[in-house]
Amino acid sequence: MSSARTMFEKVWAPHVVAEGPGGHVLLYIDRHLLHEGTTAAFGRLAKSGRRVRRPDLAFATADHYVQTSPASPGPDAEGRGMIESLARYTADQHIVHFGVGDARRGIVHVIGPEQGLTVPGVTLVCGDSHTATHGAFGALAFGIGSSEVEHVLATQTLWQKKPLTMRISVEGRLATGVSAKDVILAIIATIGAGGGVGHAIEYAGSAIRAMSMDERMTVCNMSIEAGARAGMIAPDATTFAFIEGRPFAPRGDAWAQALAYWKTLPTDAGAVFDREVTLAAADIAPTVTWGTSPQDALPITARVPDPEAVPDAGRRESMTRALAYMGLRPGTPLGEIAVNRVFIGSCTNSRLDDLRAAARVVKGRRAVVPAWVVPGSGLIKRAAEAEGLDRVFVDAGFEWRDAGCSMCVGMNGDLAGAGERVASTSNRNFEGRQGKGARTHLMSPAMAAAAAVTGRLTDVRALGA
Amino acid sequence: MQAFTRVTAVAVPIDLPNVDTDRVIPARFLRKDKNVPEYASFLFHDVRFNADGSEKPEFILNRQGFRGAGIVVAAENFGCGSSREAAVWALAAYGVRSVIAPSLGDIFHQNCFKNGLLPVILPADVAADLRRQLHAKPGLTITVDLEAQTVTAPEGARHRFDVDAFRKEMLLNGRDEIGLTLGYEAQIAEFEARRAREMAWAVPPRAGA
Repeated sequence: MSSARTMFEKVWAPHVVAEGPGGHVLLYIDRHLLHEGTTAAFGRLAKSGRRVRRPDLAFATADHYVQTSPASPGPDAEGRGMIESLARYTADQHIVHFGVGDARRGIVHVIGPEQGLTVPGVTLVCGDSHTATHGAFGALAFGIGSSEVEHVLATQTLWQKKPLTMRISVEGRLATGVSAKDVILAIIATIGAGGGVGHAIEYAGSAIRAMSMDERMTVCNMSIEAGARAGMIAPDATTFAFIEGRPFAPRGDAWAQALAYWKTLPTDAGAVFDREVTLAAADIAPTVTWGTSPQDALPITARVPDPEAVPDAGRRESMTRALAYMGLRPGTPLGEIAVNRVFIGSCTNSRLDDLRAAARVVKGRRAVVPAWVVPGSGLIKRAAEAEGLDRVFVDAGFEWRDAGCSMCVGMNGDLAGAGERVASTSNRNFEGRQGKGARTHLMSPAMAAAAAVTGRLTDVRALGA
Repeated sequence: MQAFTRVTAVAVPIDLPNVDTDRVIPARFLRKDKNVPEYASFLFHDVRFNADGSEKPEFILNRQGFRGAGIVVAAENFGCGSSREAAVWALAAYGVRSVIAPSLGDIFHQNCFKNGLLPVILPADVAADLRRQLHAKPGLTITVDLEAQTVTAPEGARHRFDVDAFRKEMLLNGRDEIGLTLGYEAQIAEFEARRAREMAWAVPPRAGA
């Protein structure tokens, strides 16, 4: 079946404007999301006397540098300058901007889908590596650098070389207490932090199909932590139900036309991928990271690994370095590691499903370490409050904050201290990511909630959740 | 953009795999204008300097012979993580013109090309052997020749590398990519007109109201 095509191919091909040399194509971009960290590109564009070609396809919000609580130090003059520059540039160029004070403001990868901007079959870029999140809708979405942001603003296109394709199938049912975050951490541990380099990933299989859109976004979000710029999931009834009626979603005749087209996008039977990986859902347990790369992930029931047991010298050295940074000794049960604080938020895990999962664990218990909940958008915050989730968190001693990237990015004043150990629902446990010297353990919202109420890394299944 | 033809420079080996761009330039420096004179000091800042600003003697760029290196020979997946182009700006500000590795983070890889910095992919054993030679005698030079697509090792062996024709031409001539693309205006406009006819749903409704 030589005509069988992957979903990636079906989205890629209709966006080719022109063929260039060396296999490069000029790829059309349907959606360009902007945040205040990408304002330098506007400055360069203006300086070169070029204009924004399609302001109607660009959408902006402030998330990286914003203050998420009046109690936070908040952005300095330079951070505030970036937030103000974005507001000014977008006003000048007539670009829709969900700025400070707008309830729709939030993390760029949360509000794109929330506003109905993220739909199947489109190409979507943003100057942020977690743009793969939007692939959960069957869009081709990937992060770009500042020069590429400028290029898209000026031309609505990018020169791209077609990546290889990889299908990762997760088959079967996830056990109780196991979430989408555990699935993606298990995938990264399996293929490695560089396993997806040069590839666009399609996540497939019955466990993925059973997920809500919030869960699918968590999976696609961390594609870059496996090395892949893009991760996609086939659109289906779950996808369409999520999109229908959202402010920027197609409507009327356009909706009918879109729906008919979107249904043609899933990968054809017999289509060939450059690489196939299969995981059994039943093998995935609640997972935490112990090191300084997202691939350093193990079931909560495991122990801190011993570098001496690793044959490869390079790997041994990097593990030793990671354990020294993390302040951990080989052989320590992961469930005995005490934490200093808890962060529930980020573009990986700040959506309503995430907050509900955390609240189920927290209800009737008390946080014994400082714990924050940072909703992904103003609208999610509002929806959570309508369900009373804020009361659950506040009654348990958590801080209920405003939307933003907060303690995931280490650039807005929300920082963990040197040596502080954080149970975090974010996406990167790199050295210094949450603050200079801060030690990050990645996990699901339910697991982070469990750590908050026990003060240590905890198997959420032991709490009956 | 600065053109890249042929560079001979002191090369520094970085053995750690999966060096992320947060390590290359910590987040708190991303707000800085890339033209400030101290930009080069942001490179690897937190593993290169102590809190008081003094150098960490164990960090390789602080060691005799490697200081001021113009070529980095790295391990797998160098430049992974955040899309921050500032990672490339910091390398460029320090004077690095080429990064050689068995693999590079995809976004970092693209960002290099936009800043006159040549990313070179060589097999893992070749890169490891280059790093071994550099460790053995700090201060040795490597030559990266884009025209010939070769890396000349300190010990003299010449290794051929692949680079796609498009990126090669852009770098050799230091071409402005946006300027080039604006030359495709007719094709882009035609594409947009066709898309508006055939896939009207792909443009979001105005104001979302």
